[in-house]
Amino acid sequence: MSDKATTVPAAAKQGLKAWLLSNSPGSMAHARCQRMYLNWLVFSANPIAMAGLLIIGALVLGATFAPLLTSGDGIEQHLADRLQPPSAEHWFGTDELGRDVYERIIWGSRITLYIVGLVGIIVAPLGLIIGIIAGYVGGWVDNVLMRVTDIFLAFPRLILALAFVAALGPGLENAVFAIAITTWSPFARIARAETLTIRKSEFIMAAQVQGASTTRILLSHIMPLCASSIIVRLTLDMAGIILVAAGLGFLGLGAQPPLPEWGAMISTGRQFLIDQWWVPTIPGIAILVVSMGFNLLGDGLRDVLDPRSGH
Amino acid sequence: MVGGNSTKVSGAGESPSRHPLATRFASFTKAVAKPANVLFTILITFVGLTAITFIIGRVMPADPVLAIVGDRASKDVYEAMYLKLGLDKPLLQQYWIYLTNVVQGDFGKSIMTTRPVLDDLITYFPATLELASVATLVGILVGVPMGVAAAVRQGRLTDHIVRIIGLFGYSVPIFWLGLVALLIFYAKLGWLPGPGRIEVYYDGIVAPTTGFILIDSAMQGEWEIFRNAVSHLILPSAMLATFALAYIARMTRSFMLDQLNQEYIITARVKGLSETAVIWRHAFRNVLIQLITIIGLTYASLLEGSVLTETIFAWPGIGQYITKSLFNADMNAVIGGTVVVGIGFVGINMLSDVLYRLVDPRARR
Repeated sequence: MSDKATTVPAAAKQGLKAWLLSNSPGSMAHARCQRMYLNWLVFSANPIAMAGLLIIGALVLGATFAPLLTSGDGIEQHLADRLQPPSAEHWFGTDELGRDVYERIIWGSRITLYIVGLVGIIVAPLGLIIGIIAGYVGGWVDNVLMRVTDIFLAFPRLILALAFVAALGPGLENAVFAIAITTWSPFARIARAETLTIRKSEFIMAAQVQGASTTRILLSHIMPLCASSIIVRLTLDMAGIILVAAGLGFLGLGAQPPLPEWGAMISTGRQFLIDQWWVPTIPGIAILVVSMGFNLLGDGLRDVLDPRSGH
Repeated sequence: MVGGNSTKVSGAGESPSRHPLATRFASFTKAVAKPANVLFTILITFVGLTAITFIIGRVMPADPVLAIVGDRASKDVYEAMYLKLGLDKPLLQQYWIYLTNVVQGDFGKSIMTTRPVLDDLITYFPATLELASVATLVGILVGVPMGVAAAVRQGRLTDHIVRIIGLFGYSVPIFWLGLVALLIFYAKLGWLPGPGRIEVYYDGIVAPTTGFILIDSAMQGEWEIFRNAVSHLILPSAMLATFALAYIARMTRSFMLDQLNQEYIITARVKGLSETAVIWRHAFRNVLIQLITIIGLTYASLLEGSVLTETIFAWPGIGQYITKSLFNADMNAVIGGTVVVGIGFVGINMLSDVLYRLVDPRARR
């Protein structure tokens, strides 16, 4: 979104920069672009945040262009080439069925993104809606919603996800559902807290006086203001989601073989740990790098979007 | 001058900048203000915990009877189990029966071990508790000094190193780290023993009085077994401690920074106190109180985090029990384990909140 500034040709940059930094924005869109650009300037000056962006960018690119980056589909077996050590031909070696570990990592990034994306799409809006309703409506609605949220907050996350998957049966979709149901509650709390701070503001009162419906106030006045906190929290939570998903995969409860899910790859590679170390080690490094990327990106976004937290 | 700090901890739930864990019990911290509220919160949480496990165990499986008796059971057995579970009754009544059973400690029988689930849990729980306790202890002993050092040398090399270690601790999949550690220290270097709690040939020598092998063997004077148990504990507890110390160091650092920027620190320095006295006797004292909550959170999360570690290190704890039961479709055992870990998790957090109230005079008012 905000990397617009970098993709502009050098010649146009002078004029554009002036436009982006002018003190009197001509329109709402202009002001919005300026805001974004300023955020980007803060963000890009932070090397840690940029490192995170780089890692996540690489993950997205890898997942998108997987067919171009690999010669197979990561599933096809070449038994003649089984357990080959890393070499020029197989960068990360091959596994027990002769599948190239590098290719499986690349294809596996799609599964990682799929899990993370799907959980995010379920969890953020759910938490947001529950939180802003509780915060804005107040009274017994607030009480009931927040009690339910508290119950979910109080749960050990991995164990609950395990129990859910145990009841639903192993599989990628069930793992996503189990993770989502144990992840949404902090978002509700954040959204509620944000709503409470703005619910009595004058601009909300103005909207009420103009006759705006509750739904309209919630959706177009309150929700946008909660978005930045939710985005920061979501990015930071992504690392945790990846670790839980990999844990479920490792236990054989997530994506099922032959899908190249990273946690499952560690699990099947376990028996080759001592003699063919690369089989279980490489997927672990992939998980570590990506979850580190989300942590770094989240820290950076927090500094930009949530200056109150100070640093 | 330091009045804002207690609210900072309890207000953590509202801030997106905190680590996920810190938000979990923020509401409890507030609730503990009044004893009646505490009881109410515990009650609500317990009802919620049992309701969700009830739904998982009885409502979500397509056929809960089949899940228990297996598909080769005769029609009579099936019918008997159907009635025993009370599936002919309305859902709310079923939940009520389930709830009264749980309160009495009756989780049904485990298919895998053919013993009551509660007996199994009592056997397996100490191993988990021992592992989590040692790991928390290591996390405190390493994490707190790290956090203090990072705060004192803010922005310098020490701070960056602590930050990187912390980042690693948050981001690394523990089960993978455990495998790599086994590869290096057990398989390649041979410095440490492999999986398990003690060597097989020591099994059954120490009578399980408390269930904690370190305590039992020490009490019975079996020092050889004690040493063996310690050497087996090193790797798994180090893995768990990685996460613990990352979290503790990060929080210690930010608490310390809060304190070091206060005016009373300047006063102390102006008075000519040594830097050691300023840091440890003045600033750290105030941090100590806030750390109790953090340590409670860590301890509770390790109780849960041990699931994957136990799988890697063949540690006969509750995590391994749950995962093994899971693969034997032993729903009673899974649910029982989940409830017990859940109660432990909630209990430890409650306890740390109460402790916090006791230690902090400001919070007592």
